[in-house]
Amino acid sequence: MKPDRRSFMKIAGTSLGIGVLYSAVPAAALTGEAGEMFSFLGKRNGEKVTPFSFVQLSDAHVGFNGPPDPLGTKAFERAVEMVNALPQRPDLVLFTGDLTHDTEDKDVHAQRMKQFKEISSRMNVPLIKCVPGEHDAGLDHSGLYREFFGETYYSFDHRGMHFVALDNVSQGKPKVGAEQLDWLKKDLARFPKSAPIVVFTHRPLFDLKPDWEWFTSDGDEVMNVLVPYENVTVLYGHIHRDDTHEEGHVHHYAAKSLIFAFPDPAKVADKKPIPFDKDQPFKNLGIRQVQANAKGSTSTSSIAISDIELTAREFLGINGVHQILKDPSL
Amino acid sequence: MKSFYTRFLLIAFVTAVSFFSAGPMSTPVNAKSPRVVEITAKRFGFSPDTVTLKKDETVVLRLKSEDVTHGFFLRALKLDEDISPDSPTDITVTPTTAGTFTTICDHFCGANHGNMKMTIVVE
Ligand SMILES: [Cu+2]
Repeated sequence: MKPDRRSFMKIAGTSLGIGVLYSAVPAAALTGEAGEMFSFLGKRNGEKVTPFSFVQLSDAHVGFNGPPDPLGTKAFERAVEMVNALPQRPDLVLFTGDLTHDTEDKDVHAQRMKQFKEISSRMNVPLIKCVPGEHDAGLDHSGLYREFFGETYYSFDHRGMHFVALDNVSQGKPKVGAEQLDWLKKDLARFPKSAPIVVFTHRPLFDLKPDWEWFTSDGDEVMNVLVPYENVTVLYGHIHRDDTHEEGHVHHYAAKSLIFAFPDPAKVADKKPIPFDKDQPFKNLGIRQVQANAKGSTSTSSIAISDIELTAREFLGINGVHQILKDPSL
Repeated sequence: MKSFYTRFLLIAFVTAVSFFSAGPMSTPVNAKSPRVVEITAKRFGFSPDTVTLKKDETVVLRLKSEDVTHGFFLRALKLDEDISPDSPTDITVTPTTAGTFTTICDHFCGANHGNMKMTIVVE
């Protein structure tokens, strides 16, 4: 796209062999509405809007051990090493649910949560933020999860970007619920419509494949709250594969799993994991890494395997942050 | 004159249509009570695992659980229920589209929850 419009904030992402790195990029020469936006955010947060990067990881299923992945936490541990090997340290890691695999034995589940914390704490990043998946929180309505990780939905600001964690698993159902919707409306009310917002959650907020439980039953209601905001990106997990979806001006991206992959529902009738390949044990698994870069170029790293490239598009302040996902294989 | 007459006929026609279409619904006394189809949920499947319904026939699905709370979700027929082990859940459905539909348990119920499903065939 021709950069005939004034830049405001960009996000670029690179999928590593085992994850994705995103970059949040405030553009230079900020004037007019974009400039006001940044000074508003700067005042609110007491920090300047500066480039930064963050990583999305998903679906580690700590405690899972079976034919689709007999290596247990190996991919997760490798992801941790890869994050630590990045040339530019990310500010933040977002974990989009299913940190652990479910079990009815509470002590065993607690042990898995402890192990998740131990492995993730090896990452050399200042901030790790999580949301639960149904395997963490579905059986006990997030009782144990909250003991280990705190609230299941919340928000925070980071260098000019507003992050919102949404919980669509703790009621046992793929649902956000009225209480959380109310909270979301209040949380967003204080922001101008052009604020850059990243929502992270476990399940897709749209009907990706309801027969495979790839949906959120009240996802439409969530989107109705989000749509008036012009710069919304939704990151999620659950489906154990890459997916990109655009509806209105909201972009939804799914990260791969760190345990096993699901096939493309358009090509396969049954929801069965892709079999383990001992020659390529980490094939189809992923880390999503996001990088903020002042020059707007996509991040590169020695470990990058760019099977997906999320590139930024120039935009007008009022149009907000738009992104296009480019698949270089096309 | 002519246009008045046409309009009159039109009104009469609309009235007749609404009368007939409202007819069966306004006389439930004559309607047969709907067929009851029992479906039992138990980790991690439904029994029976296939149910055949007739298009435009109203049936009551009586959902029971033998163990924990399960879900019963089918977007195409707008079904979204919980099945409690405490008491059965009755839902009245009148499918209007023929086809084969997958209903899933969407209330997380344990290890094999992700593949707990059944088929509803509408002919
Ligand atoms: Cu179930």
